[in-house]
Amino acid sequence: MSSMTPAAGGDVTRTVARGTGTPLAGYLFRLRALIVLAILVFIFTALSPAFLTPGNLTILVKHVAINAILAVGMTLVILSGGIDLSVGSIAGLAGIVAGGLIHSGLALPSFGVKVYFHTWLVIALALLVGAAAGAANGLLVSRLRVAPFIATLGSMYVARGAAMLMSNGATFANLSGSVELGNTGFLTLGSGQVLGLPLPIWLMLAVALSGVFLAERTPFGRRVYAIGGNERAAELSGVRVARNKFFVYVISGFCAALVGLIIAAQLGAAHPATGETFELNAIAAVVLGGTSLMGGRGSVGGTITGAFVIGVLADGLILLGVSEFWQIVIKGLVIVVAVILDQMQQRYALKAAAALRG
Amino acid sequence: MRGEFVLEARNVSKQYPGTLALDGVTFRLRPGTVTGLIGENGAGKSTLVKILAGIERPTSGTLNLDGKEFAMDSVRDADAHGIGIIHQELNLCPNLSVAENIFLGRELTAKGVLNKRRQETEVRELLARLEHPIDPRARAGDLPLGQQQIVEIAKALARNVRILMMDEPTSALSATEIPILFRIIGDLRARGVAIVYISHRLDELLAVADYVSVLRDGRMVAEAAASHVDTGWIVERMTGRAAEPAAALEACDPGPPLLRLERLWLNAPGGRPLLGGVSLDLRGGEVLGIYGLMGAGRTELLECIMGLHREAAGSVYLDSKRLDRMDTAGRIASGLAMVPEDRQASGIVQSLPVLANMTLSSLGRYARAAWLSPTLEAAAASGMAANLRIKSPGLRHSISALSGGNQQKVVMAKCLLTNPRVLLLDEPTRGVDVGAKQEIHAVVRRLAASGMGVILASSELEEIRATADRVLVMSRGKVTAEMPAAQARDEALVSAASAGVRQ
Repeated sequence: MSSMTPAAGGDVTRTVARGTGTPLAGYLFRLRALIVLAILVFIFTALSPAFLTPGNLTILVKHVAINAILAVGMTLVILSGGIDLSVGSIAGLAGIVAGGLIHSGLALPSFGVKVYFHTWLVIALALLVGAAAGAANGLLVSRLRVAPFIATLGSMYVARGAAMLMSNGATFANLSGSVELGNTGFLTLGSGQVLGLPLPIWLMLAVALSGVFLAERTPFGRRVYAIGGNERAAELSGVRVARNKFFVYVISGFCAALVGLIIAAQLGAAHPATGETFELNAIAAVVLGGTSLMGGRGSVGGTITGAFVIGVLADGLILLGVSEFWQIVIKGLVIVVAVILDQMQQRYALKAAAALRG
Repeated sequence: MRGEFVLEARNVSKQYPGTLALDGVTFRLRPGTVTGLIGENGAGKSTLVKILAGIERPTSGTLNLDGKEFAMDSVRDADAHGIGIIHQELNLCPNLSVAENIFLGRELTAKGVLNKRRQETEVRELLARLEHPIDPRARAGDLPLGQQQIVEIAKALARNVRILMMDEPTSALSATEIPILFRIIGDLRARGVAIVYISHRLDELLAVADYVSVLRDGRMVAEAAASHVDTGWIVERMTGRAAEPAAALEACDPGPPLLRLERLWLNAPGGRPLLGGVSLDLRGGEVLGIYGLMGAGRTELLECIMGLHREAAGSVYLDSKRLDRMDTAGRIASGLAMVPEDRQASGIVQSLPVLANMTLSSLGRYARAAWLSPTLEAAAASGMAANLRIKSPGLRHSISALSGGNQQKVVMAKCLLTNPRVLLLDEPTRGVDVGAKQEIHAVVRRLAASGMGVILASSELEEIRATADRVLVMSRGKVTAEMPAAQARDEALVSAASAGVRQ
């Protein structure tokens, strides 16, 4: 939480922990995800000449973007003490909604017509569907007090089933739209470039920056941290717990829908199975980034680093020709080691605090 | 002599770092009798009970069982000697059945397999003996509290106890359940069980005990047969001062009340009333002390004022504005703030730094457009930290780096940063060192002097006396006495607090 920087005068800003080992060690320990990332980049650069090339890096970051956008929403949910298992399904649903609207329009049987929307409206509707699915999660968790794991497990199935129903299990192929219907341009979302960088990367940057500011610089973000840290204390402090939890899930659903749109645009097709197991990758990025699954501790910045660690690892291992099966094993090991390190840091921090208390 | 006492603690002392909790206490139990153990908070009752139950070992002195010296290393040892204890908080697993609870840790098995049927049969017999045919297969958590208490007793009896210690056994019971407990105690006594009965409710204690033993400041100051004494005698021994009748209430100055409560009612989930129609007025600039024992309803009263119990009935007015439909956040915005009793569970957020803990209730004040301004936030927090003399290694440090007293000041700072009109303090100095305690008391006086209304709930007489202008005493969810603090004698407060308000 380096961003909570009170620049107050006098002795309140002294932050050096006396008698608790070297402050540097603690500092490096907190930046471990970033250090691991640097080491990975170094190793892969040394081992494969193809790694540190603009072409490879662009592909890598485009892959990371998908997971990172999901993981930003997931971070807020996990900071609040919850979990969102439905993001992969919501991504699939949003993709199908957009694909269906572009491909076959909205049939209005009572009028016997099909309505085709402008591309911008299609995107807005798909994002709205994602946010609405998140709102449903939010209501279940905050008002009906269903455990987040169960509530989002349920909506994971419901959203996936809904996507299958809407397309009858089929893929909406060819989403380029047609000029006479005025719904072209959807594919730009996946393949467009601004200043030489693919649009999905810009979208990731936008989501990541918004996420960091939301978490670190707004009353809402602070309240989310407080709810995850101690829900009762937050409530007694006048935090409207239910309302804030609700919005956390809405944001997560919105991020998921954005991912669904990006994937559909990149593929030029919407498939109802898109996004399966994405929720697990997102959770892995969050955990690698040092956010506690218990809630209350962590950061969006860490999550972005975590998403990059996962992406770099996958990309580098492919370049090195490591078998796909080994890649999976290695990814699993990295996550477990990350959590062990996290526990160690917790203990370290507790000890440091105890030493300060004297 | 030998054989007269089943359990004897001779000249037992217990030294904790910094305090001598027990100082040469001799305590004897006769079989088939009930001995009431009495003393103020901190007098050493619980330490003595812990030693008798094998939870703690004495620093010096000996324990005799049936006239022979013995030592216990653990609760299991005590169990083997037939010594059982029923704690103030019930220790049942709510998810397990009555029978499973009673046989917890010593399950009946046949060839390694749990013999549920035999357990249930035995429990059914046992409960029948207690005249409480509770279904052995019922989930413990589904039973009303009184029946849970009986299951606790059955659990002790199933271990064939000869010595049973009961710590505030009626604090969770309703008025109708208490006579049942007393009948069971009578039954146990008839069967030769020696019972130690701890309670703050003196009339209740005199009704059930054969002997009373009074502890004060770690020493046994008096022992007597219960039939020879009355509550006045006990209060004198407990406080070391002669009992005096409660002083009449002085006419209060007639300023309009800042906070008014009208007939607040709150029921526990089982239907037992936690608050039974509490009304009170608080004026600006006044510190109202609320004295009461554990379970008297002090915490519930403050929580109701803050809107934490939506099911409560009655009205709360702040400056004649009715707050009943507001949630906690709304009430804080209207000018109420509360420092809760349990700092760790409800006061602080461990994972946040000192700064964020201080500003949590008033975040809206530091926002420019949608963004928090770190400068505004830090300025407000460091100003308040200086004001309350919070000692911290830095506001960005984890709150867990602060001592209990400073953590408590952070919680107060959080409340004060909302600019409250009325501040509610629930045991504000529990677990706080003496220096910080005095500082907190001084802050309370200072706030009142500035026109704030303060309600301070405490189970410490010293604290009430040090801070309050006026004292309300609560017992069993009702106000049992009201007096100006200057005229509040310990004896009057203690006896009002232990008054069993029967329906």
